[in-house]
Amino acid sequence: QESQASGLPEYIKIVEVGPRDGLQNEKVIVPTDIKIELINRLSRTGLPAIEVTSFVSSKWVPQMADHKEVMRGIERHPGVQYPVLTPNLQGFHSAIAAGATEVSVFGAASESFSKMNINCSIEESIEKFEEVAKSARSMNIPVRGYVSCALGCPYEGNIIPAKVAEVSKRLYSMGCYEISLGDTIGVGTPGSMKRMLEAVMKEIPLSALAVHCHDTYGQALANILTAIQMGVAVVDSSVAGLGGCPYAKGATGNVATEDVIYMLNGLGINTGVNLYAVMEAGNFICTALNKKTNSKVAQASFSTGTIK
Amino acid sequence: NIVPTPVKISLINMLSETGLQVIEATSFVSPKWVPQMADHTEVMQGINKLPGISYPVLTPNLKGFQAAVAAGAKEVSIFGAASELFTKKNINCSIEESLERFDEVMTAARAASIPVRGYVSCVLGCPYEGKISAAKVAEVSKKMYSMGCYEISLGDTIGIGTPGSMKEMLTAVMKEVPVGALAVHCHDTYGQALANILVALQMGVSVVDASVAGLGGCPYAQGASGNVATEDLVYMLNGLGIHTGVDLQKLMDTGTFICNALNRRTNSKVSQASCRL
Repeated sequence: QESQASGLPEYIKIVEVGPRDGLQNEKVIVPTDIKIELINRLSRTGLPAIEVTSFVSSKWVPQMADHKEVMRGIERHPGVQYPVLTPNLQGFHSAIAAGATEVSVFGAASESFSKMNINCSIEESIEKFEEVAKSARSMNIPVRGYVSCALGCPYEGNIIPAKVAEVSKRLYSMGCYEISLGDTIGVGTPGSMKRMLEAVMKEIPLSALAVHCHDTYGQALANILTAIQMGVAVVDSSVAGLGGCPYAKGATGNVATEDVIYMLNGLGINTGVNLYAVMEAGNFICTALNKKTNSKVAQASFSTGTIK
Repeated sequence: NIVPTPVKISLINMLSETGLQVIEATSFVSPKWVPQMADHTEVMQGINKLPGISYPVLTPNLKGFQAAVAAGAKEVSIFGAASELFTKKNINCSIEESLERFDEVMTAARAASIPVRGYVSCVLGCPYEGKISAAKVAEVSKKMYSMGCYEISLGDTIGIGTPGSMKEMLTAVMKEVPVGALAVHCHDTYGQALANILVALQMGVSVVDASVAGLGGCPYAQGASGNVATEDLVYMLNGLGIHTGVDLQKLMDTGTFICNALNRRTNSKVSQASCRL
């Protein structure tokens, strides 16, 4: 009732990107069995979607070299989606052969970022994704589209909302069921989030939108709050805030799933996720990585030994 | 670690150059209780007091107030709480008794034309009592405002609040105290500070407390963070097009200074991100 009264969504779907986006941006190469254990633990928390791995060449992303083994090795819990990244048709076929039932493609709202990241223009990348989308459609495989640099680019700086809307529309038109808008370098604020969403919402239905906020400048929860106040009901996050920022050494990246859930719980919004179970999964992976959690909720809770 | 007096003075002087209009300088409390603030008189007398900037100090009782005024203080603060148990554990008396003590300070302050800022701790939760009712926060705030505090700073002492509880609490308090007299003092122990501050701003609050570099951990959760970092707050407000008058770069430089002096990392994410090595 609390969330309804305030105009916020009653339910928010959390898309857990720790095992892919998180681990991909961690320096230490994680053994396959640890990855599988992490994903299995996350499967038991109530999370509805867990991004498992990336079918990209191991030359480019060594951390994801074991994509087949991971895909085949994880438990598949009913009611949980296990999307994987597929940057091109080859990756897509490989993913399907390994048992994937949902895939993701990564576009960008910045030409420079597209060039530096995947060595082609936005238009060329869209053409590649169209091949994937076409194949996926024929096999009834849902495709999620990501738009990077939605609130700023490490090379171009400011990104205009109209460009984000344009790229989002291209991905949505080719058949992506959901568009995840990513603040790749975490520079966004509630101000820029609002302006960007207003532009995108003119082209894409609200129910097909998600936000993927990075906490590099500490703005993630405030940005997410702004998005959900505007009706967005899908939020990406990473257990323990795994995954630093490759563009700012030592800086943080993904927002921590625990901190997002803590906020949503406080707002009376249902997520179906057990916060304590996520904290335990976070504790597991941080121990395995020999690193401190980036989740403030986990820091505060484990230090006192009680959950408040 | 006890910070040397000259470092404290340099810190405050640097903060005075950033555009900040209010800088809480020290606390006139017995050094037996708070050794870190033992040098309150030297600090108060040693800092450059720039025109247009306020340097309030904490004064828990009349004795502290008199010492503060003698040392040159022109504004003081008193700390109440919305939790009986917290008050008992912190200053060994009930809320009612604490307000009686403050009344003495209020009378003396009024006579000396010294403005008094009132803080209410535990507004979104208490480390001992747990949940705190919004009505209780409103009651204590109203009392302190009626006693003559020009501003009431509502403190989420253990950082446990969320936009949901912030909204509920402010709705209750705003029935008793005009929004123009309200401030929020959010802790980032659970990472909720900026989201909570955003909600407060959306409800009309326009005074926000913050700490450079996010100085100050949480005494109730070892290793956890406390105050929200001023840099991160200013970054958000800049992005919202809200004017603060604060120069973010100078603020970050000040944060770097104090972190070097304390030999510790900053708690400000903006500062961390901006240090591209």
